[in-house]
Amino acid sequence: MTTPPTGSLLTAQDLRKTYGHTHALDGAGFAIHPGEVVAIMGPSGSGKSTLLHCLAGILPPDSGSIMYNGREMTSMSDGERSALRRSEFGFVFQFGQLVPELTCVENVALPLRLNGTSRKEAERAALGWMERLEVDDLKGKRPGEVSGGQGQRVAVARALVTGPRVLFADEPTGALDSFNGERVMDLFTDAARSTNAAVVLVTHEARVASYSDREIVVRDGRSRDMERAI
Amino acid sequence: MYTRDVYTLCIVALMSISHTLLGLLESGPRHGYDLKRAFDEKFGHDRPLHYGQVYSTMSRLLKNGLVEVEAIEAGDGPERKRYAITDAGVTDVERWLATPQKPEEYLQSALYTKVVLALLTHRNAGDILDVQRSEHLRSMRILTDRKRNGDLADQLICDHALFHLEADLRWLELTAARLDRLREAVTR
Ligand SMILES: Nc1ncnc2c1ncn2[C@@H]1O[C@H](COP(=O)(O)OP(=O)(O)OP(=O)(O)O)[C@@H](O)[C@H]1O
Ligand SMILES: [Mg+2]
Repeated sequence: MTTPPTGSLLTAQDLRKTYGHTHALDGAGFAIHPGEVVAIMGPSGSGKSTLLHCLAGILPPDSGSIMYNGREMTSMSDGERSALRRSEFGFVFQFGQLVPELTCVENVALPLRLNGTSRKEAERAALGWMERLEVDDLKGKRPGEVSGGQGQRVAVARALVTGPRVLFADEPTGALDSFNGERVMDLFTDAARSTNAAVVLVTHEARVASYSDREIVVRDGRSRDMERAI
Repeated sequence: MYTRDVYTLCIVALMSISHTLLGLLESGPRHGYDLKRAFDEKFGHDRPLHYGQVYSTMSRLLKNGLVEVEAIEAGDGPERKRYAITDAGVTDVERWLATPQKPEEYLQSALYTKVVLALLTHRNAGDILDVQRSEHLRSMRILTDRKRNGDLADQLICDHALFHLEADLRWLELTAARLDRLREAVTR
């Protein structure tokens, strides 16, 4: 087992997770620096989403270590882990992450509202991010009234609004055509780089992965860091 | 590596320089120097044509009656000919444009050969595919970066390369998923 490089923000070693007889993770590792975009690639069912969920503190692994900023995540209480998720992490998924009853700007402002920020201030910050993602003109619309690509850019704005240090994205462009997918990736990675956030990007599409700085490949629950493999 | 220099060279090599120069003349007579400039700006990017290529091409077109010399300006240095396209030249451009390019067949793949040889010699074929994916992604990152910072022409040229590299990668993923069956088939 190699030791993670120094200066990493988030590292994992020897993660294992089984579902019945399925070894979803079978000794996977990971490391990311601030400001880095790392793609997690690999065939369907290889354990990419499971790895992302463990790294993000959504899913506890059966064994192994996950260090975030010098703290062992696996020994935190559920409350500590969810506080960490709210304040330090942002999430973008493939579908269905916006609240249909709220307008787009209310959706983007929501994480700040939940943290106790006033409505006025939260929506002002939300609009700033919506401008960055070029969706500010949609502020009064509801998610059902915008296109898939626009909805994903609203979701990216929402993930960024709290100023997270790590963004987790699981197939963020999986439901989009390649043109809109690339537009999302372009704006997403630019915005993340401008805040020095790290991005953990699960994708099986090479064109999407080409927006990353490096990739790791997951196969049968084991990860391979291609940077260090060569 | 698959940088744009290499890629532009491929595109220029694939297309016919003489048809392209002829096509550029259709919008009006030009000097050899103007033709070179127009070509470089639109298609040559960072790999300009040599003057020699322009003049040898023009004299061939002249001989074949596809262009004519409209005027010769005397001056210092070499004489400056203004070329004009002839009716036969216009017909030639039209025929060229209307003829589809022959698709690449892609049936000779060094990667396929490597994978089969690895399987035959009981080496790890999956590793070969992983390392190749990584190398392809490295080139794709350079192209993506260039595309993000480039103009429309850059974007189109890089996209052309990116789609081809992506096709290689899709084949690679498919092969990775079928390695066990391929091993059985080749070692039987
Ligand atoms: N909640 C669950 N219950 C049971 N098995 C699960 C569960 N989640 C994942 N698995 C299994 O664990 C393995 C890894 O799943 P995972 O979702 O991490 O794969 P993936 O690489 O994200 O695949 P895809 O590219 O299809 O999204 C698979 O065999 C899957 O069937
Ligand atoms: Mg998944």
